[in-house]
Amino acid sequence: MSVLELANISKHFGAIQAVNDVSFSLEAGEVVGLMGDNGAGKSTLVKMIAGNFRPSHGTMRLEGKEIVMHKPAEARQHGIEIVHQDLALCNNLTAAANVYLGRELRRGIGPFRILDYAAMYKRAGQLFAELKSETRPRDLVKQMSGGQRQAVAIARTMLSQAKIVLMDEPTAAISVRQVAEVLNLIRHLRDQGIAVVLISHRMPDVFDVADRVIVMRRGRKVADKKIALSSPEEVTGLITGAIEQVA
Amino acid sequence: MAVTLDQTIAQKQHTFLSRLLANQTFWVVIAVILACLFLSFATDSFATSKNLFNITRNVTFVAIVALGMTFVIITGGIDLSVGSVLCLCSMVLAVTMHAGYSIEIGILATIVTALAIGAFNGVLIAYVGFPPFVVTLGMLSVARSLAMVASNNTVVFQFGPDHQKLLALGGGAWLFGIANPVLYMIILALITGFILRWTKFGRHIFAIGGNEHAATLTGVPVKQIKVAVYMISALSAGLAGIIQTGWLGAVTTNLGTGMELQVIAATVIGGANLAGGVGTALGAIVGAALIEVIRNSLGLLGINAFWQGTFIGGAIILAVLFDRIRNFRRSD
Repeated sequence: MSVLELANISKHFGAIQAVNDVSFSLEAGEVVGLMGDNGAGKSTLVKMIAGNFRPSHGTMRLEGKEIVMHKPAEARQHGIEIVHQDLALCNNLTAAANVYLGRELRRGIGPFRILDYAAMYKRAGQLFAELKSETRPRDLVKQMSGGQRQAVAIARTMLSQAKIVLMDEPTAAISVRQVAEVLNLIRHLRDQGIAVVLISHRMPDVFDVADRVIVMRRGRKVADKKIALSSPEEVTGLITGAIEQVA
Repeated sequence: MAVTLDQTIAQKQHTFLSRLLANQTFWVVIAVILACLFLSFATDSFATSKNLFNITRNVTFVAIVALGMTFVIITGGIDLSVGSVLCLCSMVLAVTMHAGYSIEIGILATIVTALAIGAFNGVLIAYVGFPPFVVTLGMLSVARSLAMVASNNTVVFQFGPDHQKLLALGGGAWLFGIANPVLYMIILALITGFILRWTKFGRHIFAIGGNEHAATLTGVPVKQIKVAVYMISALSAGLAGIIQTGWLGAVTTNLGTGMELQVIAATVIGGANLAGGVGTALGAIVGAALIEVIRNSLGLLGINAFWQGTFIGGAIILAVLFDRIRNFRRSD
């Protein structure tokens, strides 16, 4: 059974048809590259999965059960996590504080509860170790490299039992070495049975890490095939419209 | 490889000492201590119990309001209305008690006034999207004007049946001869420090100041928290107003004029960053202490009081300069 199944999803803003009749499914432990030019509907599609927008038409099924989400917090409860393009990190806080932002651990009785620093440092440290990232929970995020910052943002998705992680352009603005680090982080998520959707403009990254590629053009899905059966040339053609559609 | 990943992750980058030396509040404490030592030797009148009693008590009013301001400044906001709010709150207390109500009712009315003003500021800023500067600048004018309306611009110095209780509250020294305002300041500073370090609310305040967008995306209730910090700021001004009324024994409509600048100066000298995300309770107190020691010393050293503004302004610029120098070194 698929983790997530989208059936005939459409979204329009007034007269603008941003996403038009898109269907696809995600399997556990699979990395799917979502590609397309600016304005192709990638972001809108991802924002519907993340609970920011509600689809105008169509249904979403999570492990076979139909779900309707009104806000991002509900998506999170369903085990859908998103790593935002700007990472949504606070530079003035520590790595551990950022990982737990909005879901801080506390200890104490009843209303008298204080932040549990020790537990948060410990768990954050474990998550960074799982991700094989040299990131110290006590360091301030402003002192960190691009790769470490990604690790912090990704560790956030691993706090709860996430089923799906959506990553918006995680490799857009970082150095070559850090890109390799981030792709490794994505593989670690996949190895834990999480379905990863990688939204990216960078062809080499998608072909490096993804199992499948979905190409969007003008709000429609124009390709959905195994990476092994495709090529960067074909995907480029699909993005630009030189190739109309493939099965 | 000799160092494992786990060791790297467990490593602490900073020792206690290196953290201390990088801390602006620490250097301000040193400055205050040095200034006090110097003044003890340079003048006969500084280290007298009467003068020290005066200094500590004078620090408290600015310090208590600075504690509330710290919350606002950490979120990246500013509250220019505190001086006027202090005056209005003092006046509400004075007028209520003068009319024959008990001290409890007077204090209750004052706190309700403060919270209502804070909520008004906060809602306009958080929900309507006004810049904090504009809203609180408007409130600076409104609150002072309301204080004049409430008292018909007279001096109130009779506080009805509970007159003596109010004077004891602000002017007494209930514990070891320490002036009551100082005790209140210490208690409020401990509460502030606790909230900032140990509560989810405190953590979220820092998050908003660091990256408001990120705080929103991660589910922090940004708008509610913003309203709360302006209410805390107004409340601290209200409490300082109650205490100051008891201490002075009279309220005039120019009480707290220009106080907002001293309060903001105290928080900034103590290490808070006006861009948001940084600030401590201790910083607010030592910032206020440094300002008061400068003021006091100028008087004792026989320097013309007109120089006060220059020295305090210089201290603000110097404090921010140190912060800039540290940041330059970090970015190299």
